[in-house]
Amino acid sequence: MPQVGVSVVEVFERLGHSVDYPRNQTCCGQPAFNGGFHPEAREVAATFLNAFRDSRDPVVVPSGSCAAMVKVFYPELFAGTAREAEAKALGARTWEFSTFIVEQLGVTDLGATFAKKVTFHDGCHGLRELGIQSAPRRLLEKVRGLQLAEMKECATCCGFGGSFAVKYAPISTAMAEVKCKSAYASGAEVIVSNDPSCLMQINGYAEKQGMPIQCLHLAEVLNSR
Amino acid sequence: MNGSRTQILAKVRAALAVPNDPHVRHGDTAEAHMIRSGDRVAAMRQWLPLVGPSHEDRKAVFAECSAKLKTRFEVVDSPAAAHAIIAAIAKEEGWQSVAAHATGLVDAACAALGLPVVLASAGYDKDALAACAGGITGCLALVAQTGSVFVTPNSAGGRALSVIPPHHIVLATRAQLISDLPAAWEMLQAAGELPSFASLITGPSRTGDIERILVLGAHGPKKLTVILVED
Amino acid sequence: MSETKIIPLQQFKHDSAEVAADGDRREFLRTALGGYMNTRTATQHGYQDWEAARSGAAEIKWEAIDRLPELLEQFEANLIKNGTKVFWASDEEEARQYILGILREKNAKHVIKSKTMTSEEIHLNSLLEAEGFDVVESDLGEYIVQQNKEAPYHFVFPCMHLKRAEIKAIFEKIAACPSDDPEALTMFARQQLREKYLRADVGISGGNFGIAETGHIAITENEGNARLTCAMPKVHIAIMGIEKMLPRLSDLSLLQPMLGTAGAGQRITCYNSIYGGPKKPGETDGPEEMHVVLLDNGRTTLLADPEQRDALRCIRCGACLNVCPIFKNIGGHSYGTTYQGPIGAVITPHYKGLQEFKHLAYASSLCGACTETCPVKIDLHHHLLRIRRNSVSEHPPLMEKVAMKGFAFAFTRPWLYHLGTPLARLGHWLSKPIQGTKLDPGYLWRKTRTLPDMPKESFHEWFEKREQQKKAGK
Repeated sequence: MPQVGVSVVEVFERLGHSVDYPRNQTCCGQPAFNGGFHPEAREVAATFLNAFRDSRDPVVVPSGSCAAMVKVFYPELFAGTAREAEAKALGARTWEFSTFIVEQLGVTDLGATFAKKVTFHDGCHGLRELGIQSAPRRLLEKVRGLQLAEMKECATCCGFGGSFAVKYAPISTAMAEVKCKSAYASGAEVIVSNDPSCLMQINGYAEKQGMPIQCLHLAEVLNSR
Repeated sequence: MNGSRTQILAKVRAALAVPNDPHVRHGDTAEAHMIRSGDRVAAMRQWLPLVGPSHEDRKAVFAECSAKLKTRFEVVDSPAAAHAIIAAIAKEEGWQSVAAHATGLVDAACAALGLPVVLASAGYDKDALAACAGGITGCLALVAQTGSVFVTPNSAGGRALSVIPPHHIVLATRAQLISDLPAAWEMLQAAGELPSFASLITGPSRTGDIERILVLGAHGPKKLTVILVED
Repeated sequence: MSETKIIPLQQFKHDSAEVAADGDRREFLRTALGGYMNTRTATQHGYQDWEAARSGAAEIKWEAIDRLPELLEQFEANLIKNGTKVFWASDEEEARQYILGILREKNAKHVIKSKTMTSEEIHLNSLLEAEGFDVVESDLGEYIVQQNKEAPYHFVFPCMHLKRAEIKAIFEKIAACPSDDPEALTMFARQQLREKYLRADVGISGGNFGIAETGHIAITENEGNARLTCAMPKVHIAIMGIEKMLPRLSDLSLLQPMLGTAGAGQRITCYNSIYGGPKKPGETDGPEEMHVVLLDNGRTTLLADPEQRDALRCIRCGACLNVCPIFKNIGGHSYGTTYQGPIGAVITPHYKGLQEFKHLAYASSLCGACTETCPVKIDLHHHLLRIRRNSVSEHPPLMEKVAMKGFAFAFTRPWLYHLGTPLARLGHWLSKPIQGTKLDPGYLWRKTRTLPDMPKESFHEWFEKREQQKKAGK
């Protein structure tokens, strides 16, 4: 979903910040970590550490899940290894997109306009590993024309869960159904989240079912004029 | 004969020889310190539901809990007023006999009622007890915080009396209305040798096992009436 | 109990998929648990500080684990002083044989049980029934599932999967049951069971807490069935895991209300009782004999794990099941374990075999709703990750190992990773004809969900192009 990254860059540039994207980054290593393959996860995570080694800038991630991997799980993954301190330091300067804007930049109004009724899905890793709940909502509240309609199951898992979504596809699908029905019942036209993987799951189910509801990343909404 | 005592204790000790993982054991919270080093009961009192310091506060919280629990809570100013309430209940429910135990307030209530009494404290016949529509007991205390009746064998006629008859009526004196759960356990321990049984009864017996729908009187009393005699 | 060998993974996959496809059943579970969530939230607000109470309760249970050897010895000494007989059982067989021995010695015929998951764990009922004893569960939910010859669905709400009409049908096999109204059904059971109490020779209960300081067991319940089980029969046997210790009687002040709140949304449950020995001289009634069976059955194995021993602090409130989106969509029986839900997924691999039950740790989206709700702050969903890690390091599944090696190979080489983007795009377009068919590697996803097309330009490519344009523009 390149438009998420593009939106993030454009939002920050409009706020007067420059954005660098270290081209030697790949993945935070979460798929292997969640699969139980820690040595492999450590190898990939080390590549991530390398990519950001030469900078002291804050690292902003448009995914609560990837941010949680770095902030919460790297310390455990690198515990007792030579790079433990480095991993902790990187975690400390890594931010999920919405919290960085609200808590670090102290901005809530990005001058966006988006005249639709939206409902927000709390990605579980962002919500429960990082405690992100108010920042995305505070940003959405300031979007002109946007009407925020909370769904009853906003904090219920969408059922993605990485390889779980395929390994236990029937359970994962049932969870997506609960999420989509709840979002639809809110009367919203758009489901917004701060996690691309949740959006892939939710959009995948809604589209397959032909539900008239769109899925967008928070950055895309905040980048709308 | 105590089975595998030695082996199990040895395994427990061997297991704990490996210290807790610091990623899991978070012992450095303020609350953990309060529990470990401070006055743990005082700490609990800061977290549990609030009860004000006065008798009126305790009565108010007990009444509020009772309303939620569907306990009938009556405050009266004399034993005679309590007797009148019990007489009205017995009449309305058509009691033929009453179960009770020998103690001050309860004795007087039974005498006033004038029905055959099955005295649990005298060693009862199970079927006779089960045939009683109502049971009258005292209690060790009423706990405002939770709307509970705290019973022990001596204060409430043993283990069965407060749970077998379909309507349990409790008589309590003004001094027996205490503030909270910590006070209840303190009171029990302060009384000397602990009994073999004690129970906090909080509302009439209940179940939600069928479709999570509340039904009263699952096995114990369908009705609980608490009469506080302010005399 | 059938003797057919059940393969836990296959049973789980089959049963969970079946419930997940049953929209009606799932809706029924969700509705039942919806009421719980509302009352529980309101009750938590009645505490001055529920979150601090969680930390405090967590610490009390940690203290109990840290000091387990001395607390167990103190508990035992006080039980004996109060006239209770104490038996330590290493495994289910030792516990079963001891209990059977008591029943035989007492020449018992009728046994009444109050809810005890520990007895489910050791499959006590099947043994006692096979030995010819009349064994009846007295908790309403347990009574219903016992009559229906099935295991509890949820370790706190045993029959929550059954609808009133189904319960009526179960009762009709016992006696005429006039109505399927929950009140009438409850009264039917009350009547049936009342007579059982009056006749029972032995009562068997569990124990929520063992108070080391005084030698009492504490039982939390709502119906009064445990009260009757411990009052009427001449012999009372309590079975409990060795992890159930609490240092002090006053610790109940915090843990009993929290158990009721987390478990059922109550400020405290209806009956919170302590039992310490048989009837004392001067007391009115109670058993002539009391036994406490302290059960290991895998608990010391879990205790030996310095990370996951955390799970031994569980007070079995069931809150983690009630909030779990997996539980709500697959129900309790799918787990195939005595303890369902997140806590079951954590402890069962330790009690019954890591490789045989690791799938429960994988059948999770790791959403963390369980950890967020646990009243004693067990690190539940992170333990699922630790189980995954341990199972892989002990015995990595071949296919996954190959895949993960490949993942690590490609993703530690940024040049290879970026070369992969156009290749993946090509692969995506070439695979169009088979997408959605069983030949499609993404079949399991695409069966119920769409996958977005590969973008014509990745973010990486977009950023790179822009940087170059910027340079050229200068």
